[in-house]
Amino acid sequence: MQFMALIYAAEGSAEHYPGGPDKMMADYYAYTEEAKSAGVMVAGDALQPISTATSIRERDGKTSLTDGPFAETKEQLGGYYLLECKDLDEAIKWAGKIPTAKNGTIEVRPVMIWDQ
Amino acid sequence: MSPIEAELTRIVRANSGQILSALIKTTQDFSLAQDALQDAIAQALTQWADDGVPKNGGAWLYTSARRRAIDRIRKEQRHHADTTQQILTDLLDDQPDIAEWEQDIPDERLRLIFTCCHPALNMDAQVALTLRTLGGLSVREIARAFLASETTIGQRITRAKQKIKSAKIPYEIPEQEDIQARRDGVLKTIYLIFNESYTAYEGQSLTREDLANEAIRLGAILQKLDPNPETSGLLCLMRLTHARRAARQDADGNFVPLEKQDRTLWDHDEISDAHAQLLTTFTKGQFGPFQIQAAISALHCLAESWQETDWQQIYALYGALAAYDPSPIIQLNQAVALANMGGLNKALEQLNTLAAELAHYQPFYAARADILSRTGQEKLAQNDYDKAIELSQNQVEKRFLFQMKSALAASLKKNK
Repeated sequence: MQFMALIYAAEGSAEHYPGGPDKMMADYYAYTEEAKSAGVMVAGDALQPISTATSIRERDGKTSLTDGPFAETKEQLGGYYLLECKDLDEAIKWAGKIPTAKNGTIEVRPVMIWDQ
Repeated sequence: MSPIEAELTRIVRANSGQILSALIKTTQDFSLAQDALQDAIAQALTQWADDGVPKNGGAWLYTSARRRAIDRIRKEQRHHADTTQQILTDLLDDQPDIAEWEQDIPDERLRLIFTCCHPALNMDAQVALTLRTLGGLSVREIARAFLASETTIGQRITRAKQKIKSAKIPYEIPEQEDIQARRDGVLKTIYLIFNESYTAYEGQSLTREDLANEAIRLGAILQKLDPNPETSGLLCLMRLTHARRAARQDADGNFVPLEKQDRTLWDHDEISDAHAQLLTTFTKGQFGPFQIQAAISALHCLAESWQETDWQQIYALYGALAAYDPSPIIQLNQAVALANMGGLNKALEQLNTLAAELAHYQPFYAARADILSRTGQEKLAQNDYDKAIELSQNQVEKRFLFQMKSALAASLKKNK
């Protein structure tokens, strides 16, 4: 079963990562390698900062764009991993190892499976 | 309720945890298992009225529920064919001999406990689901005990079952490396159920006692299936607390504090039994917060009177407890023990350091009011009683605090 691990953190929080930003990059690299070799990793990416975000809505047939993220909150979606795990407990274990769990929040949700 | 209905209710309560846990193990589906058991109960109601109550009612329900589960799976169209087939094969494979109705129900309750108390479910959901599945309480009974509507409790349980299924919360005993943390979570849920029973509301005492008994039963099941000193400690703590219940309210429903309780009303057999269990638990040498709280409770239970209580040991035990949990509430209790050892001024000093943190905590003001009045500072004591009355959520307690305040005012007048 696939689980999406969404990585939320305040922007610029890499500075506050225990050991600093370089340590964070190294930890992410190590984590990705570990997830790959365990056969858990399906996909994963980091996103550009929210200054690059555009939000799109269509109402009454009209498309409107807003400069900025969907919600103005302190912690923003910064990246994700798509993980293949047997159940929630395994997904929680892998999500807990994502470096940003140390200074942000990881939200885990199973990917919807559509009935045939 | 007819005698058959009463007997059926008793059998359901005693066996539903085991029946459901076994059914969920095979079907991997909480809702299906619960529906199948519900069908079996309905069937029992008519069939037992004609044929009488079977010798082993629990096994009868289990066998019947299994057959209902098979029927339901066969009718279900939306299941994936291959998994459905596997579940059906499993169910049919160890089909018990129906003529006998005597086979043992497999006991998978430990899986059920850990799944119902999974930390990915919120606390309210854990409590409702645990009582419903393991305790076999009806939605109505749970709603009554928590002073909530049946709709609210029903939705809470449905949502919890939905999350277990959709988020794929496993139906498993946690791995060795996780089991301690997960067990702590289970103990917390059981203790919450127990404490809920002690939030006394007028006219609710009966239902509430059921809840306390249920928490004790859950603790005993957990201790039987997964023996652990802390589980045993919690069980002792609940038993010791519950053994004093008859003295906690007077005939008019007024709250009676420990200090003024008639100790002959306590269940002394239960106390000595729980105390013996606690001593055996201590020999394991793995102490923890529940065992310490149980030890404190035991010292109260074994004291001949309030005055003869071993405050010195209680004071030390609160110190040990604070090492596990540096909460200001534990420090408050420690200060009270200190006051009872005679250190009134020191206790007051300690209390004042907690004033900011406990500014909205009723027992803080009640405790400080008591110590203030004992050190001759009646005016300040009255202010604290006022504050405590204002913060109290509960009529029985409010009435008690009001009495304390009135008694203080009366003694002030007399001395003038």
